[in-house]
Amino acid sequence: MSQLASTSSATPQSFKTRLARWRRTPIFYPLIGFIVVFIAMALINDNFLTSSNMTNLVRQSSIIAIIAVGMSLAILTGGIDLSVGPVMALSGTVMAGLMVAGVPPSLAIILGIMLGATFGAFNGVFVAFVGMPPIIVTLATMGIARGLGLIYTGGYPISGLPDSFAFFGRGSLAGIEVPILIMIAVYALGYVLLSHTATGRYLYAIGGNEEATRLSGIRVSRYKLLVYTLSGTTAAIAGLILTSRLMSGQPNAGVGFELDAIAAVVLGGTAITGGRGMILGTLVGAMLLGVLNNGLNLMGVSPYLQTVIKGLIILLAIYISRKRSP
Amino acid sequence: MTPLLSLRHISKSFPGVKALQNVSLDIHAGEVHALLGENGAGKSTLMKILCGIYRQDEGEIIIDGKNCDFHSYQDALDAGIGIIFQEFSLIPYLDAVDNIFLGREKRNRLGLRDRRGMVAEAQRLFERLKVSIPLDCPIVELSVADQQFIEIAKALSLDARILVLDEPTATLTPSEADHLFTIMRELRQQEVGMVFISHHMEEIFTICDCVTVMRDGEKVDDCDTASTTPDDLIEKMVGRRVENLFPKRRCDADYDDVVLNIEALRLDPDGPEYSLKLHRGEILGFAGLVGSGRTELAMGLIGATRPRHAKVSMEGKPIKLRHPATALKQGIGLLPESRKTQGLILPFSCRDNISLNNLTQFQGTLPLIKRRQESRTAAELMDSVRVKAPSPETPVGNLSGGNQQKVVIARWLGHQCKVLIFDEPTRGIDVGAKSEIYALMKELTAQGVSIIMISSELPEILGLCDRVEVFYQGEIAAELEGENINSQSIMHHATGGLSV
Repeated sequence: MSQLASTSSATPQSFKTRLARWRRTPIFYPLIGFIVVFIAMALINDNFLTSSNMTNLVRQSSIIAIIAVGMSLAILTGGIDLSVGPVMALSGTVMAGLMVAGVPPSLAIILGIMLGATFGAFNGVFVAFVGMPPIIVTLATMGIARGLGLIYTGGYPISGLPDSFAFFGRGSLAGIEVPILIMIAVYALGYVLLSHTATGRYLYAIGGNEEATRLSGIRVSRYKLLVYTLSGTTAAIAGLILTSRLMSGQPNAGVGFELDAIAAVVLGGTAITGGRGMILGTLVGAMLLGVLNNGLNLMGVSPYLQTVIKGLIILLAIYISRKRSP
Repeated sequence: MTPLLSLRHISKSFPGVKALQNVSLDIHAGEVHALLGENGAGKSTLMKILCGIYRQDEGEIIIDGKNCDFHSYQDALDAGIGIIFQEFSLIPYLDAVDNIFLGREKRNRLGLRDRRGMVAEAQRLFERLKVSIPLDCPIVELSVADQQFIEIAKALSLDARILVLDEPTATLTPSEADHLFTIMRELRQQEVGMVFISHHMEEIFTICDCVTVMRDGEKVDDCDTASTTPDDLIEKMVGRRVENLFPKRRCDADYDDVVLNIEALRLDPDGPEYSLKLHRGEILGFAGLVGSGRTELAMGLIGATRPRHAKVSMEGKPIKLRHPATALKQGIGLLPESRKTQGLILPFSCRDNISLNNLTQFQGTLPLIKRRQESRTAAELMDSVRVKAPSPETPVGNLSGGNQQKVVIARWLGHQCKVLIFDEPTRGIDVGAKSEIYALMKELTAQGVSIIMISSELPEILGLCDRVEVFYQGEIAAELEGENINSQSIMHHATGGLSV
């Protein structure tokens, strides 16, 4: 009986069957799309493939990429989190405010991230226990978070942060910039969570069929609460990087970031209806957006036209992946 | 007499599967023609070809002596074919009239909807069917039977002369089904040709004039219902005589050992109070009509809907019914009524479906899943319930209904469940798989598991249950044992003590 299970892994496989298996994973078409766009940009721009531009590209993408991890969890479970941009800004400004008020940076960071998590949990309570639709809950809290950030700062950026704080946005470790390292760490944790823990499997199951999951004895509400808490947390981590990069707390930062994060998740092959997707696909999706932004900038394309091109490419990519995926 | 419709030598292949091979079928006007076969025998494929959803590889469709070439569903509708699918295609918040005329509304001289004209037309249709359905009430507020009648009226309004009814009685109560049969007889008078798909033998002998049996994509036999017997048909369907659909009668119940004792359980503040006992190794049947409160009680028992008041004990210890997770911890599991919407995670593989609520068993000191152990256990469980699937990695959506149900059963076998609730375990499952599931249930009781089986199929209740609770309008109307378990007494109590 265990023969059934092991035949696929024990026997050596031809390239063809392995390719066929690859094609069925949700990450296949996003990866192809990324490679095509990447090569196109490299051919058009001489400056694209330089190491300094590559580092730039990844660092610029890291903020959206980190937010997109939490967004992936929400979308996988059949939900969505529209409040990530304002939560990021709120957490960032509170960190900045605390540091200016004399709180040591490490404590300020912890409190700022906890604030993001709490805000996410607030979303989660309404989604999981009250049973309201995620899009409505997070649309409401999106406004609340933005407003709280503006009230806290009075509408002005908070500057005058301690120099040591610049490490998270501008520093580097072992030759790699810290935002990139943080991004890699967040993705590694996201990957382990989704692919190697029971919790991760439950999240896919909830997106696949919430009622069946609940009836088989899984506490669905608790896992949904966890999802939105984590989404708030990743938004706050992105807030840490942004605030440190700018060395100021910007209450108006992150406008439209929720849309970029959703685009990254969907470009990465996650089904918008939930139940299907891979966290590494989201990384590919975020990088694809980054390559587009960076490449179009290098080409000197007007920012107005850029948004049109980006929109069309998103439509095309999703059209292809919908047609091809089983 | 030339047939109204004739399908000649139809063949159809899907990648890797020969779905239909040289199937011919004649439908005459004013005839009810049963199409019989196990799931996967090719009935649905044949019907989808008939209504233009698939195209045959070979063969022809002839209507009124004319060769038809269907490229779409619309072509089939235009040719006078109406099909009533299992899942209705009605818009829930529109009323009957708007549903019937959806997309082809009558217009008055100003080009606006001619509501009065449509209402009159709808009334004529309902008169033709001899049914009375409120015309201005949203479809969602009507019964399933009324919705089905509206579907039939809609097909007739499109001048359908051939009506395909795909398992129309699966969701109807017996009296609603009788009503449907009356309508079908009426249509037979009006020279409509009908194809009737059903798994219920008694219905086929009640309403059908002739029957075509299919097996593995081929036609096995054609005959008049008058000249055949149910056993004969079953034998042709499965290709072997099912000596006995049910395992040999043997009582595994230990009546001195009460496993689940429901002293008092109330779901609604002013609803009825239930009390019953379940013994070790017993199969307790919940009989009754659809909507008689059996599923609601089951949901209350696993805490999926939290009971208002519950005094329940498991092996003598009081337990709380808060959530399916607490029920699982106490050793109570449920196989829900609807496999696809409540049982399975359709995008998941068999393995992932089975291990869904077993995952914590595969964790080591770190909360990480040991994949190899998970795969091995899932494969063993699949084996023990005899799931026929190419591998544990096969998406569960690719399996037949019977195998899907076995996957849901396997999920609970990874736990030491003491009580399993089977809600309509064989709905939409072919005869062969049914008998395998019955055998599995008996294997479980032999191991000391107690089973509650909710079923609307009387033969199942009669063939398997040691005791039966009969439900009527939300209450337990009677508890039957031994000799008292027979169709007369069950139907008597299930219909509120009216005459049978």
